Amino acid sequence: MAEVIWGLATSHVPSIGAAMDRGKTEDESWKDLFDGYAPARAWLAEHRPDVAVVIYNDHANGVDLDVVPTFAIGTSDHYDVADEGFGKRPVPDVVGHPELSLHLLESLVDDGFDMTVFQELDVDHGLTVPLSVWTPDPGEAWPCPVVPLLVNVIQYPQPTAARCYALGQALGRAIASFPQDLTVGVLGTGGMSHQLAGARAGFINPEFDAMFMEAVETDPQRLTQLSRQDYVREAGSEGIEMIMWLVMRGAMAAEVTKVHSHYFVPASNTAAAVALFDNRAPAPA
Amino acid sequence: MNKMFMSLRTAEARERFTADEAGYCASFGLSPEQQQAVLDRDWQAMIDLGGSIFYVYKLAMMDGRSMQYLGGVFTGTSEEEFLAALRAGGRRG
Repeated sequence: MAEVIWGLATSHVPSIGAAMDRGKTEDESWKDLFDGYAPARAWLAEHRPDVAVVIYNDHANGVDLDVVPTFAIGTSDHYDVADEGFGKRPVPDVVGHPELSLHLLESLVDDGFDMTVFQELDVDHGLTVPLSVWTPDPGEAWPCPVVPLLVNVIQYPQPTAARCYALGQALGRAIASFPQDLTVGVLGTGGMSHQLAGARAGFINPEFDAMFMEAVETDPQRLTQLSRQDYVREAGSEGIEMIMWLVMRGAMAAEVTKVHSHYFVPASNTAAAVALFDNRAPAPA
Repeated sequence: MNKMFMSLRTAEARERFTADEAGYCASFGLSPEQQQAVLDRDWQAMIDLGGSIFYVYKLAMMDGRSMQYLGGVFTGTSEEEFLAALRAGGRRG
């Protein structure tokens, strides 16, 4: 069986990738954010999984508004890095894991989640920035193959937080029933509070973010009680992306061990965070 | 309008848009109000007329405008003031 060994929650702000691509991580406005990644990166370097499942949303790069899948999964063996309008990020294309993808797809559909399937997909900053947060210098290839799992968070009506958490629980069951022995890392991306357009542009809510960071570790059920409107009101119209962290959390055990977390304002127009959770049972004292 | 913004991902489309913005808008069936908002770079109007920020932003990038510039437009402040508010912890409204 396959086993989820860790979960990594991280913002996927494009400027985080741009700061890395342009060598600005030591600049005054960025240093604290990147210093905050260091302990997570060190731990992750010692715990490389066989496959990573990255839960993210596209931002009008690989997917447009002609078709808006609420939940989707990639089944390809290869995902090109998207040109988002200013050329591709100078990072490796993404290698897929079709066997795990197809198993997850079948298992999720049988479990009541009728996933849309991407047999081809260009992946944008929503997927590549979290990989960079994990692995700043990937060289020729990312640390392992990736299964992309997409959530619609940019076009109303987004799925509910409760449905995202339930999808994560189904994802956890699907991973556990994969017949091969594999270790899996799960990345939940997006957030934290932010709003890009309208009169509330620039909105950031550190109190809500702090509550969410605590609850996602210790009481994720509490976060499933919040409505779509609650998320938009409290986290901003784009901050609702945080519901993708709940997919990651649902795939993990009831009790997880926090390895590291860090919160930073602002990354571009966004409150940004990283939170890393060990999913393996603690060693007996 | 979002479909038109999405098309601007290729250099060839960006060249055609720049050569004849009104004609390019018309070819995507924009309403007169939407077309005027695009030609005037009335970012708030583009949002009000159905533009999604991630799509509208593709036009802003062509113009060399940042998300902080747009944030200033949406909130009636300058880009510098908007950026300063973010660096001070964000707007709380």
